[in-house]
Amino acid sequence: MPLTVALWCVAALLGVAGLGVALNRRASATRIVYGLCCGLCLFLFFTAVAPRGAAELTMTLPLGLPWIGAHFRLDVLSAFFLAVVNLGGAAASFYAIGYGAHEQHPSRVLPFFPAFLAGMNIVVLADDAFGFLVAWEFMSLSSWALVLAHHEDAENRQAAFIYLIMASFGALALLMGFGLLAGSVGGYSFAAIREAAHETWKSGLVLALALLGAGSKAGLVPLHIWLPLAHPAAPSHVSALMSGVMTKVAVYGFVRIVFDLLGPPDFWWSLPPMTLGAITAALGILFATIQSDLKKLFAYSTIENIGVIFIALGLALAFKANGMALPAALAFTAALFHVFNHSLFKSVLFFGAGVVQTATGERDIERLGGLIRAMPRTAFVLLGASLAISALPPFNGFVSEWLLFQAILLSPSLPQWSLKLIVPAVGVTLALSAALTAGCFVRAYGVTFLGRARSKAAAAARETDRWSLSAMGALLALCLLAGILPSFMIDTISPAARLFVGGRMPAQAELPWLSIAPIAESRSSYNGLLVFILIGISSILAARIIHVFASGDTRRAAAWDCGYPDPSPLTQYTGSSFAQPIRRTLGNVAFVARDHLDMPAPGDTRPARFGVEIRDRVFEGIYAPISRSVDFCAGQLNKAHFLTIQGYLSLVFAALVLLLLVVAIWQ
Amino acid sequence: MILDIGAQVAQMALVLVLSPLLIGFTRRVKARLLRRRGPPILQPYRDLLRLLRKETVLAENASWLFRSAPYLIFATTWVAAALVPTFAAGLPFSSSGDLIAIIALLGSARFFLALAGMDIGTSFGGIGSSREMMFASLAEPAMIMIVFTVSLIVGSTQLSEVAANTLSHFQLRVSFGLALIGLAIVAIAENGRIPVDNPATHLELTMVHEAMILEYSGRHLAMIELAAALKLLLYLSLIACIFTPWGMAPAGAADLSAMGRGAAAYLAKLAIGGFLLAFFEVSTAKMRVFRVPDFLGAALMLGLLGTLLLFVSRSL
Repeated sequence: MPLTVALWCVAALLGVAGLGVALNRRASATRIVYGLCCGLCLFLFFTAVAPRGAAELTMTLPLGLPWIGAHFRLDVLSAFFLAVVNLGGAAASFYAIGYGAHEQHPSRVLPFFPAFLAGMNIVVLADDAFGFLVAWEFMSLSSWALVLAHHEDAENRQAAFIYLIMASFGALALLMGFGLLAGSVGGYSFAAIREAAHETWKSGLVLALALLGAGSKAGLVPLHIWLPLAHPAAPSHVSALMSGVMTKVAVYGFVRIVFDLLGPPDFWWSLPPMTLGAITAALGILFATIQSDLKKLFAYSTIENIGVIFIALGLALAFKANGMALPAALAFTAALFHVFNHSLFKSVLFFGAGVVQTATGERDIERLGGLIRAMPRTAFVLLGASLAISALPPFNGFVSEWLLFQAILLSPSLPQWSLKLIVPAVGVTLALSAALTAGCFVRAYGVTFLGRARSKAAAAARETDRWSLSAMGALLALCLLAGILPSFMIDTISPAARLFVGGRMPAQAELPWLSIAPIAESRSSYNGLLVFILIGISSILAARIIHVFASGDTRRAAAWDCGYPDPSPLTQYTGSSFAQPIRRTLGNVAFVARDHLDMPAPGDTRPARFGVEIRDRVFEGIYAPISRSVDFCAGQLNKAHFLTIQGYLSLVFAALVLLLLVVAIWQ
Repeated sequence: MILDIGAQVAQMALVLVLSPLLIGFTRRVKARLLRRRGPPILQPYRDLLRLLRKETVLAENASWLFRSAPYLIFATTWVAAALVPTFAAGLPFSSSGDLIAIIALLGSARFFLALAGMDIGTSFGGIGSSREMMFASLAEPAMIMIVFTVSLIVGSTQLSEVAANTLSHFQLRVSFGLALIGLAIVAIAENGRIPVDNPATHLELTMVHEAMILEYSGRHLAMIELAAALKLLLYLSLIACIFTPWGMAPAGAADLSAMGRGAAAYLAKLAIGGFLLAFFEVSTAKMRVFRVPDFLGAALMLGLLGTLLLFVSRSL
């Protein structure tokens, strides 16, 4: 029953996409389409979280390839991701009811937005390789159209082009992976793949292809290059969906293939996701720290979070391969918890970037500043989201990171030496990226919202509409709730953990005082609620006592200027100067960042100049050679356009001889 | 149960009351080592009371964040300090947060402090925040690796368990020693002591903590000073609890005399810690800002080395 309802909702979303085309010229189209999307997503969300009698539901529809049909299935993993997708979808739609009014050409967004949502929903519901891939491509193409919504900008066109290439590459990798899984018999339904036994070389190859396919969609380094280009190019509610939700659909694809379809893992399966995850986390956050475009910064931070999720998944694989059910469940729970958390706070952050952009017309933090005074509510919500993403208590980001650290602390009992050496290195990278995240978001938030306005546009900003604010506020409230009552989240995830890694964490909701203890209370425990209450009480108490018994007087005066009044806000610390110590200490590890300072000699009247040169090693080392060789091959092939008729005829003859030879040898 | 909660409240009050004393004691020892007379030990209390009684001067464009940050910084630091066992292990709150949570709580306080530094929009605040976050980006992972080392030895991240374990089966280990050195380095950096930062200066270009709070005055400044004192006390308690838990009243022993002995031992440990800190401070010079990452990198490597040793062998 819930599966039928879910599929009808998806069909309705496709219908709304059609409605978006039909309503094209109406002024009310934005509200109608986004309102319907929001309602449908909420309905899908409640369908996903509603208790179901049977553990899983399957259904076959006579769609798609005639001899296969379209299989759909709703199990605990699909239900979890269905909930994540639709929670994000509902929030984005609700936000867009207000935000979409600023869109100049709504007809370029309205039809594709519901289609995008529908595509993501079908991916998590599909139960055969064909349906999965078609839905995957549908999701890619509809989001590609959304990236192109503002195609007047040459930068956006280029972003969309790179996105299209990377998406096709990922889909190709997945296609080949499913081909290998299905084998020569061609059992494309997931049930048939699950039944079949896979040889070691084949599993390794499928693992690599799954990493390439899902990783290119999720933003795993070095396949991440499209993310910081495409996510900022789309309208902000779409960016939120792409960053917060679509990357999670990619994670779902990886989990489905590697944890479910491939069968019992070998221990070395854990090495590639874990090492790639660690590299992704560190590089992602370092790049985020030096960005000055707000949305690009958030996109890089998404890359970092994907790295964290893949580290957790890799650990879960390592534990599962060694038959350690409880630690595997802990790592797997940390991964899924982080999936949920990141979808929440990243959506809020992108919504906030959209609000800032509509209020000021700027995304460059070097031209913003002081927005907390004009937009206090937005500033408040974004402060919470920044705390959450920096993994600080009492918010939710801390809980998933804490669970992951606890899982790492259990890993010395892994028997393999390679894991014993790699896990501590991964742990230190994780700790480093967690600490850098805080620095990155202090910079992003501080330069954007605090200080004095650096441009006229920033000084003239106004608070945003109620729709956007309530969408952001609701998601932030969920962040806090998941942070102070994590036991319910963990218990929600544990059926999925039991199904895929064969173990489950002890039930958390029964522990006294709503604290969580992943293994045993003597080993480690955390109580977000108590921490939150204690901080609340002691800060309020301190403020009250001081105001009543000591002094509550306040006087406003000019800021201390050391005797040199500086009326210009340009003398403030900028984003680039804030990041300078990080550039200098860690910059040469990850990217080549050089500061160029041109200081004229005394008496010289030309202005001093300062510039920062940043080169991306991944791009230069991998993508530039590929692009050059493609160019070279295309140039060589181009000559074939200008042959004489004899030339063409001899080409045809040569091809014929070659094919005949092949056939002769084959037989 | 009632005694437990009473002991917990007593600990919260104790850390709050003792922290300015620790600052005063350290300053006094430092002055004596430099053959100065130095301020009275109780001077920090007088400073705090004076600040509390004064009116607060706010910069014209200070926002709500600037005004609420001092209380939040104070509250998070205080809660973190309440989670570290001082004179008795196994107090009721100690199970609500482990070592990682304590580090993260201090991270929250730093997050607010760095933001408050940027709120007014002067260069001083920005430079302080930027440097603070740079130091933190190395000090925090170093701290996490030290926590890894300690909890791999003990099998728990819970401080009461760590203390109990050290008491029951203490043995000299290489990794334990590495963790101690690493933790001392982190403690010095996190509290802005010499050689990383100088708590006694105000307008000097290498300063970090004082630059961030330059715009604060009156009760707000008092809150931040108190939080800084609490943080120093917290780190000394942390070192005492992990490495020298002797004398601490054991968990579950609802015994006033044991707690009394624990309190006496705690005071003695604090005095020794404060003396060592002062001695170290007068015997080194402040280092350049871009030398600090090397200093903290050493702590990070020590922590990583300790963790690696424990992954390789259980007995090192």
